[in-house]
Amino acid sequence: MTRLLTISDLSVAFDSDTGTVKAVDHINLDIRRREVMGLVGESGSGKSVTALAILRLIRRPGRITSGTIRFDGVDLATLSEDEMRHVRGARIAMVSQTPRTALNPVIPVGRQIARLFMLHGGLSRKDAETRTLEMLSMVRIPDPARRAQQYAHQLSGGMCQRVMIAMALATSPELLLADEPTTGLDASIAVRILDLLREMGEKTGAAILFITHDLGVVAEICDRVTVMHAGQVVESAPVRTIFHAPAHPYTRALIRSIPRLDREVAMEPIPGSVPSLVTPPPGCRYIDRCRFAIEPCGLSRPPLNAIAPDHLLACYGYDRAPA
Amino acid sequence: MQLRQIIFLPATDMIVPLLEVRNLRMHFPLGGLTALLSQLRGGTQPLVRAVENVSFDVAAGETLALVGESGCGKSTVARCLVRLLDPTAGSIRYDGNELATLDGAGFAPFRRQIQMVFQDPTASLNPRLTARRMIEEPIMLHTELSSRARRERVDELLDQVDLGRDLGNRYAHELSGGQRQRVNIARAIATNPRFVVLDEPTSALDVSLRSRAILLLEKLRSRLGLSYLFISHDLATVRYLANRVAVMYLGAIVETGTTDEVFARPLHPYTRALLASVPVPDPDLKRDKFTLSGEIPSPIDMDAGCRLRGRCPLAQAVCAQPVALREVAPGRAVACHLV
Amino acid sequence: MSTRPLSPPSPLRARSRMAWRRIRRNPVSFAALSVIALIALAAILAPLIAPYGPDEPDAAAALGAPSWHHWIGTDMYGRDLFSRIIFAARIDLSVAFVATACALAIGALAGAAVGYRGGWVDDIAMRGVDSIMAFPAFVLAMGITAALGNSTVNVAIAIAITQVPSYLRLIRGEMLRVREMEYADAARTVGNPAWRIVLIHLLPNCLPPLIVQSTLAMGFALLTMASLSFIGLGIQPPQSEWGVMTAEGAQQIVTGEWWLFLFPGLAVMITVLSFNLIGDGVRDLLDPRMRGIR
Repeated sequence: MTRLLTISDLSVAFDSDTGTVKAVDHINLDIRRREVMGLVGESGSGKSVTALAILRLIRRPGRITSGTIRFDGVDLATLSEDEMRHVRGARIAMVSQTPRTALNPVIPVGRQIARLFMLHGGLSRKDAETRTLEMLSMVRIPDPARRAQQYAHQLSGGMCQRVMIAMALATSPELLLADEPTTGLDASIAVRILDLLREMGEKTGAAILFITHDLGVVAEICDRVTVMHAGQVVESAPVRTIFHAPAHPYTRALIRSIPRLDREVAMEPIPGSVPSLVTPPPGCRYIDRCRFAIEPCGLSRPPLNAIAPDHLLACYGYDRAPA
Repeated sequence: MQLRQIIFLPATDMIVPLLEVRNLRMHFPLGGLTALLSQLRGGTQPLVRAVENVSFDVAAGETLALVGESGCGKSTVARCLVRLLDPTAGSIRYDGNELATLDGAGFAPFRRQIQMVFQDPTASLNPRLTARRMIEEPIMLHTELSSRARRERVDELLDQVDLGRDLGNRYAHELSGGQRQRVNIARAIATNPRFVVLDEPTSALDVSLRSRAILLLEKLRSRLGLSYLFISHDLATVRYLANRVAVMYLGAIVETGTTDEVFARPLHPYTRALLASVPVPDPDLKRDKFTLSGEIPSPIDMDAGCRLRGRCPLAQAVCAQPVALREVAPGRAVACHLV
Repeated sequence: MSTRPLSPPSPLRARSRMAWRRIRRNPVSFAALSVIALIALAAILAPLIAPYGPDEPDAAAALGAPSWHHWIGTDMYGRDLFSRIIFAARIDLSVAFVATACALAIGALAGAAVGYRGGWVDDIAMRGVDSIMAFPAFVLAMGITAALGNSTVNVAIAIAITQVPSYLRLIRGEMLRVREMEYADAARTVGNPAWRIVLIHLLPNCLPPLIVQSTLAMGFALLTMASLSFIGLGIQPPQSEWGVMTAEGAQQIVTGEWWLFLFPGLAVMITVLSFNLIGDGVRDLLDPRMRGIR
């Protein structure tokens, strides 16, 4: 089966003093084995919440209000907490934005990785330490034996992120969730982390869900891209299609709004702003910012349909005649 | 509204720069036990040479960008200009006045003219004050306007930065990131300054929101006749906003020139590596794979040669010699032995 | 960029509804707050609601057990215990409040100044604070009261002195954190003189831990006061004050008049307990960031 992860009709809501925040609204998403899928959207689009939902880490005041998440054919909601914990550690791993704060500050980094081998792999301490050094070399940390003894605060941001990636890949997961892993890193370091991630994905066979707001990074590393806006999936296509032939008005506006170094192109901000997630528009949530809005857009959420092989679009207003 | 590459008309008569910085130095002495021990052993006190002999000019109405990665000293330069730090040595001449030797009280009147937009829009807004109150404060401190006049001015500023007037009554945490940044900008222009230091004003924003911020900054610059020192590590944004750029690495400027020139034909290897690391939003375009090895070294007690030496793929033996910023063409300078 | 979605702010009515919801969410704090409010109200309205005056001897009814005429009994002079307790609330609550408020004001201002200034001023102030805090608070209060003489005002002074060091240290600690924030830099860049930065920008952001501390401290102030009068220092009989009354009642236990000891003691206990329980609820209420986020 090539479909590693299938999200169907997922909705997540958060209860707050001002009302219920409908952070994710009936989304569909699928990730194939060994691919790098980019999940793109502005802050508040629901992409990080989706990652937490996959790992079943949505806690009160948040809750999953609809939909299923199937991993390798198994509905994750049917697993017990123990089984889910095993999935979280060994089969789906996560790398997030501020690596230094995700590492335990009082334990040397090498020991944190070794523990994973001992816990999930059942290795002895000696074997775990050997494997740890292998992992650190694999993520290209120079002088791994010395670095393994150091604490998180002694490592630079880029190096902490490499350690996080090593930890994530230690258990040979099938799916790696990377939530803005290069935001906050200097560009020259970030670019090497991206190269590393792609290389690691190829080497270990893990699929990667790469969550970001930066389309430049997406073009670097992703095979396919899913675009989210205000909690809804609006488009999903191979990376080339997204950049060269985007169909959804939001995707197009997003691409036009990026400052570019490479060409003499005009830069146009996206009109309007992300709607309130407490009282969102009932149909398509892009309606107030969209030039092509027509009546059905306000009545019901457009379904995610295939307009071409492997190109999904959720839009009533954009009419594309089949090729 | 769209923004193409900005065309700057050269000032015809006034070429006297508004801001002249010469040989600015900012050294931080290290404390702590190891520093004490090394001093006892007869060495000098170890220093962090955050800014080392930096010189540049900013003309009236111009935007100079100071680019580099973390630790290069650009934020330190910014803080020296607005006197959040007292420079160790060097000269800062603003409109003919020497600022570097002034004390706190002497600098106070200049605060009306030299302002700053801070990097983190959340951290730079007081969580207990409303937006309106924060924008009003500089007006209250520097002018004698009545409370009604101040309120009108705040309304005017909110309009100028495209913030709805009702948003003024919100607290920082009730505003989105883009809105917070606009409050920051409104506060900076409240007293009609002439010179504004922009410290990474778009770095904390989503990429899709940066265009709006850039357009706003440019609109304000031309409408209000401001001059900007634009500090950034985001080269794409720099290209839109700045007509000249200075590249910094580990406390020193390594290359200067017009933005077009420097980005099209980078002379210094570090500039080239920096340009090569910007991700291009086009899956078909391959990046120039010019990369530096290793990590940015610690700025404590470095040796005398070129600071890029340990990481530069083009390094030669001559690079162990000290290198200074050299003019290679009018308005174009570089600090590299190999150019 | 947090994953928590942004919610819009609410108009005034919704905001008060929210505040009410939040108060109710912490039932213990809410109950405690109600108890204090009730006691304070009773103290203020004492002349109206007390059945007798605080000092109305009635020899015939002396040492009477709780009855219909005297709900919780009478003391050795025939004074109604219930009325005395209500009138005593005035002294107890007001001294505790005034002492705590003064200590708060002095400690917070001093701590803010010292924390912002840093350097040798900070070092000296901290050593001073350490020295005072080396004494157990009650022993210190005893010493000060004994030195100054037995009166209500001196008790208030003594209690205030024992509290100032902890507020000073608390605010100074918060100030050390807050002065590094970027909005402190922004305040400076905009042109604020140092005193405005400290008072208007930084100090309000240092207060939240202080609020919890001060409610606890009110309880402790009350206890200290009552304890001092119990052992004969500070407020003296025939003043109606809970500690004094408890002391008098203690003498009567052997002869079986349990109500004279129990009820004043209970008054102290319930009030102190309520102060202790209020803390967190009040802090949540005053934090603008808690609006809209659970």
